[in-house]
Amino acid sequence: MTRSLEIINPGMQTTVQDAGRIGFQRFGVSVSGAADLYSFQIGNRLIGNEENAPAIEVAMGGLQVKFNGDSTFALTGADCFAELDGIRVGTNLTYDARDGSILTFGFAQQALRGYLCIAGGIDVTQTLGSASTHVASEIGGYEGRAVIAGDVLSLADRTGQVAPGSTDVNYEIPAASGSVAVRAVLGPQDDQFSEKGIKTFFGSKYVVTDQSNRQGVRLDGTEIESKDGRYDIVSDAVMNGSVQIPGDGKPIVLLADRQTTGGYAKIATVISIDLPKLGQLRPGDELSFEQITVEDAQQLVRDQAASEPSQVVQAVEPELFTVNGAHHHVGVVQNNGARLVSVDGTIYPVDWVDIDPK
Amino acid sequence: MTDSPRILPAGDSAVLVEFGEVIDPVVNSRVYALFDAVEKSLGDKVVEMIPTYRSLLVVYNPVEVTFGEISDQVGGLLDGIQGDSETSATREIIELPVVYGGEDGPDLEHVAEHAGISAQEVIDIHSGTGYLVYMLGFAPGFPYLGGLDERIACPRLTTPRVKVPAGSVGIAESQTGVYPNESPGGWQLIGRTAVPLFDVQRENPSLIKPGAEVRFVPVDSHD
Repeated sequence: MTRSLEIINPGMQTTVQDAGRIGFQRFGVSVSGAADLYSFQIGNRLIGNEENAPAIEVAMGGLQVKFNGDSTFALTGADCFAELDGIRVGTNLTYDARDGSILTFGFAQQALRGYLCIAGGIDVTQTLGSASTHVASEIGGYEGRAVIAGDVLSLADRTGQVAPGSTDVNYEIPAASGSVAVRAVLGPQDDQFSEKGIKTFFGSKYVVTDQSNRQGVRLDGTEIESKDGRYDIVSDAVMNGSVQIPGDGKPIVLLADRQTTGGYAKIATVISIDLPKLGQLRPGDELSFEQITVEDAQQLVRDQAASEPSQVVQAVEPELFTVNGAHHHVGVVQNNGARLVSVDGTIYPVDWVDIDPK
Repeated sequence: MTDSPRILPAGDSAVLVEFGEVIDPVVNSRVYALFDAVEKSLGDKVVEMIPTYRSLLVVYNPVEVTFGEISDQVGGLLDGIQGDSETSATREIIELPVVYGGEDGPDLEHVAEHAGISAQEVIDIHSGTGYLVYMLGFAPGFPYLGGLDERIACPRLTTPRVKVPAGSVGIAESQTGVYPNESPGGWQLIGRTAVPLFDVQRENPSLIKPGAEVRFVPVDSHD
């Protein structure tokens, strides 16, 4: 039997995403892809998938799904307070869902986007080399749209083998704090802004507005002054992390679903290793920008590429315990000799004391 | 006609070559000349490129090449770049059969009225010239065309349509264009082509390529 995932409640906006659609921007095709690529990739690694296997991106939460067939899965990114058959499951741990299991998301209290990565990955037709959904142009994913109740998404055959209870203890959700700083390289159109405008940009705290979505983060705060009152430019290409300043002087930072070109001057570009933080910003969060040179930014990228990926560690058979009538998932996690305990998805460091069995 | 091109960082993974800040066929032809040169000489170092009216964005992987290196390499190609609006002989020409007026072009009469000429004259003027594809953007396969005759320029609809059928040919101010897919839109619709412009099943999804020339050919029906 083909394993699948049945959507009972789609939540606010739930889409299939992978690392994005690369190579077609000159034809006006948006990249799209996971808004927090880092959490998405960690999730796939946890369950032994290929790093960019298609997964489910959930905004805020509210998703409810039924598993057809047994599947190992992991949740990463924002903790949406999910429950598997009524028992709390945390982020950053692998679980086994049984045939008929129901996974119910609550709503994130911090950060914005959660990832549901399932062994084998979501099996949708590749469109222009990618499974990513771009809702505005109805390309990719499941029928080019966010999922709705009743959709049944096939799951691809399982690739790797990772035991339930695995975790990555070095992983932290990007931007969970509500006050975030990202680093940005000046330009390419910084010469269109006054010295005062550039100082404002790097010296101010901006607030994320509810006009934000997968296309971009719209900010409110101190207006950024252009040199001659002009903010429009002859249309130019944009990047993930491009910071456009429209006529009201308030920054818009472009994200995964951005169009390929835009007509506003760009004061700066957020560096690639800080992009996952942008994908986790929610309305009301604070955002500030720190200037960095392109050379330093590229050194950070190379350092990150050269460093060993943090270790995926495995729990010893997590078991279901019943304490005072309530069910709990409890597992022992081993990490380089250190032993930790996971209870309902949260990992706790513990002091181990030998107890004399007498 | 412009200063020498500027090579600017667009973050840590792309370099932007700016040829100017104008909508001009000569500037645009230099963008595509550089596009071809980069593809030929540096193809394996480049992730993808986005050409626009007046700039070329070159996306690369900073783990493999630094900003300094790629800037030098792209900069080195600039010397061999010619800009010439008269090189249209080398441009790919895409002919689109268009049924003007009627259901296919519900705003043709309005455009004619606005121009103070007959509908047939609008058709003759619109189909009597080739249009340079400065760039694609806004939506998959959407061409930004240059060269509309000012006599048939017309303001946008005051209330945009919720649904514009795929293939609709429109006018907005002194721009003309064609909608590759059904979408909302505020352009004055003067006709429609039945040729599929954008299809994800094709290896090259967009029939209209940036840097090419589009010609609208009046036909009586879509058969």
